[in-house]
Amino acid sequence: MDAIILQILNGLDKGSAYALIALGLTLIFGTLGVVNFAHGALFMIGAFCAVTLSKLLNASYTTIDETKTDFLGNPLKVETPYVMDWFGPEAGAAIIDWSVPLAILFAIPIMILIGVIMERGLIKHFYARPHADQILVTFGLAIVLQEIIKYYFGANPIPTPAPDAFTGSFDFGQLIGFEANQIIYPYWRLVYFAFAAVVIGAVFAFLQFTTFGMVVRAGMSDRETVELLGININRRFTIMFGIAAAVAGLAGVMYVPINPPNYHMGMDFLVLSFVVVVVGGMGSLPGAVFAGFLLGILESFASMGAVIDVLPGINQIIIYLVAIVILLTRPRGLMGRKGVMEE
Amino acid sequence: MGILEVKNVNKRFGGLQALGDVNLSVAENSVHAIIGPNGAGKSTLLNCLVGKLIPDTGSVMFDGQSVLGRKPYEINQMGISRVFQTPEIFGDLSVIENMMIPCFAKRDGAFRMHAIESTATEQEIIDHAEQVLEELNMADKRHMQAAWMSRGDKRRLEIGMCLAQDPKLLLLDEPTAGMARADTNNTIDLLKQIRDEGKITIAIIEHDMHVVFSLAERITVLAQGRPLVEDTPENIKGHPKVREAYLGETA
Amino acid sequence: MLGLGKKDTLLLGIVAVLTILAPFIFNPFPVNSAMAQFNAGYPDLLQRFVIFGIFAIGYNLLFGLTGYLSFGHAAFLGVGSYAAVWMFKLLSMNVIPAIALSVLTAGLFAVLIGYISLRRSGIYFAILTLAFAQMTYALAYSVLTPITGGETGLQLALSDPRILDGAASAEGNLPVPGLFGLEMRDSVQLAVGDWLFTFSAGYYFSGLVMLLAFYLAIRIFRSPFGMMLRAIKSNQQRVNYTGLNARPYTLAAFVISGMYAGLAGGLMAAMDPLAGAERMYWTASGEVVLMTILGGVGTLIGPVLGAGLIKYMENIVSKINSDILHGWFAFMPDGLEDFIVSIIYPFIGKGWHLTLGIIFMLVVIFLPGGLVEGGQRIARLLRRRKSDKDEDAGQAKTEAAE
Repeated sequence: MDAIILQILNGLDKGSAYALIALGLTLIFGTLGVVNFAHGALFMIGAFCAVTLSKLLNASYTTIDETKTDFLGNPLKVETPYVMDWFGPEAGAAIIDWSVPLAILFAIPIMILIGVIMERGLIKHFYARPHADQILVTFGLAIVLQEIIKYYFGANPIPTPAPDAFTGSFDFGQLIGFEANQIIYPYWRLVYFAFAAVVIGAVFAFLQFTTFGMVVRAGMSDRETVELLGININRRFTIMFGIAAAVAGLAGVMYVPINPPNYHMGMDFLVLSFVVVVVGGMGSLPGAVFAGFLLGILESFASMGAVIDVLPGINQIIIYLVAIVILLTRPRGLMGRKGVMEE
Repeated sequence: MGILEVKNVNKRFGGLQALGDVNLSVAENSVHAIIGPNGAGKSTLLNCLVGKLIPDTGSVMFDGQSVLGRKPYEINQMGISRVFQTPEIFGDLSVIENMMIPCFAKRDGAFRMHAIESTATEQEIIDHAEQVLEELNMADKRHMQAAWMSRGDKRRLEIGMCLAQDPKLLLLDEPTAGMARADTNNTIDLLKQIRDEGKITIAIIEHDMHVVFSLAERITVLAQGRPLVEDTPENIKGHPKVREAYLGETA
Repeated sequence: MLGLGKKDTLLLGIVAVLTILAPFIFNPFPVNSAMAQFNAGYPDLLQRFVIFGIFAIGYNLLFGLTGYLSFGHAAFLGVGSYAAVWMFKLLSMNVIPAIALSVLTAGLFAVLIGYISLRRSGIYFAILTLAFAQMTYALAYSVLTPITGGETGLQLALSDPRILDGAASAEGNLPVPGLFGLEMRDSVQLAVGDWLFTFSAGYYFSGLVMLLAFYLAIRIFRSPFGMMLRAIKSNQQRVNYTGLNARPYTLAAFVISGMYAGLAGGLMAAMDPLAGAERMYWTASGEVVLMTILGGVGTLIGPVLGAGLIKYMENIVSKINSDILHGWFAFMPDGLEDFIVSIIYPFIGKGWHLTLGIIFMLVVIFLPGGLVEGGQRIARLLRRRKSDKDEDAGQAKTEAAE
């Protein structure tokens, strides 16, 4: 029992990332009918927003402390981050410590802006072109974006820690009545899951309870009628693209402490996220979320020692295997609607 | 016994009875029109005839064989060719190539691996395609890319592609929908020509009464998924039940 | 000639001449000049040009003709490589049986994957092929290590049985793939003045195979089968209602295309007898998509051009560094020189992928027909300008006559 709970927990963080990226992909596909191969790059850019902010906050100036010397006897150089100067040493240190969560605020406007520019500048010219062309041009864009990041940040992963308060693990098992040391779980992963749940909830609430969301949902199911009603659906769709970009970006921001980001992390996640979208059902938002968690957890179960002993390598291929079986038995995915992408 | 026999066909979509006890018999080498107001089940019926939908109950026999459960290409190979509401042609290919493909399908069947031979040496096929184009008065357009033709020409080409296969039954789904008057008349003339040659059975689903009454020899009126009356055009014209179905008034 | 039309014969002839003369054409700089490092005429790179050319020609038979976008074609290339290396290990160092087995294995593998994937089309097909390829990659990397060599890859060993030519490998050196005694790495060098040209057996063998593959592709393009495939791309609904069963046609195209990839993989192993899983990673599949689109999808020569261009950039543009740039722009005033160099710098050297990505996007946006379409447009423009001139001249004459 404890092993099962542990695997479910382990699957949650990856599942959260899959679900968030797949949610954005589905929003874009459902509203704009575009298959966005650059969505992984947006996730990656989000992660680098966190890296950038952390670097900015750590920007410091050097002073020479004459009273102390280093081990060679030279006067000691002291690096003081500017934020410590501005906010005082303690508040400054706290800000630096919390740079990853703070990056959420930093990333939202940037990601929305990138999304809107992408949609207006590139994607909108591809609405009328075949899906293959959309895949190709966004694939090209993904290469360009990741190369730009590689140019500025290099090819190596950049470790960026979570706030001190959330590093380390806690005994989840004891909380729910198991014996000590049965289920040890890192704090940040739980934070990530909670964060993902909040973002997903916010997106659904936004679509469900606002007029804007209502129009977008109506547009997703029947674009022509909505346009006939004289509603400017295009502008709303642009904003939705921005929101989808922000969702992917936020998933990236918070993922930084779990896995140090590198320039190709987006592509790695993208392939799996597409599989997730297809399993969930192209165009189905709940399907994307459900399939994201499902596949994340399945992957985690498949990595269990007991499973690998019986079926070696299953952890590497489980997601693809599930996708193939689902695509062949339920062509529309788990929760797909009829008539979506059936050319 | 007609060439196409539809017996007791029922089709439900959830709570909607799309087709209820449809019986239909199309006589060989006649022109049979199926008309009815919107939502009468015309398209559903057509889709049952070409294998796209399978009815819940009932049978559809063509030339003594059941068409149910067969794939569209198998039904075509039985001798049923279909013309769509919006012309379905090979837009990226030239007109002559459009015409050669049904000729190949007629000669070689559903699949043949002829990957090394050159198309240019298939004289028999080329001649056949050229001949059909001549009959359609389209020979001068043979090297044009099909997508660039006018809608009327596309329709002409599509009907020609069906004729090139020598079908026993030609199914037309609102062949003049959205067409200009001149194109409509051209299409009617072409279909009249086929009718007068008397070698092909035509079943036509149509909204446009002008088209129906200039072509059809028998008409079935469908309303709410059920056949209302079946008769000659003269008798259909003043039929009170038909007026009721179309105008919704109690006569 | 050879059952081809006039234009196709000419095209094949041009490709053949280019292939034969490639060691000259790609070697324009003298050995000791500063530009010598931009010579692409060395066997290793030339081999890659033609091998990836084959890969792209085959990919184009699927994507160009049927419109089915496969994102997993590298899997067939990888399988082909493994098959060839196994043949070297077990049977003989002769490349013929090795390549034959590569093509066969890749073909069988393609039947399996194609049969399942082709039940769906569009984006679903792309994702199914991607999933299969990634699965193959993951399996080759982990579970199948006894067959694939896992992380280190599959290599020759002295202890391999090599049933047919066991005696030859007894000398203590690893044997080299060859063709009835002609070793693939044999080469002849020719010095003309300051120029040094290398003619390698491996390159000419691969080049010959590519010409055969290219010839076969032309035949397929011009066959009724090719026409059916284009019809499927254009309007699958109409194909079905014309009494044609699209499935076996697309499956045949998929398998042929997979066999081309296997052939490329086998040749790769014949040039350098090892095979690794990274050849099957999905970015490798993405690369062949880039090549085909860049050159001109659905055209005959496009994929070869695209493959050549990308491999050239990968090997040559990536060698340019900031020193070389400074050298090129040395004639400018210092400030301007630094400025220009700093602008160009991100696009060269390690940043060549960025250039590639940008070119690719521009091609998809503005030139869906790739380089070939670009060439055609320029040719048309020139012709028009020329005919305008002729007309002008003609008009001038008539005016003068009046």
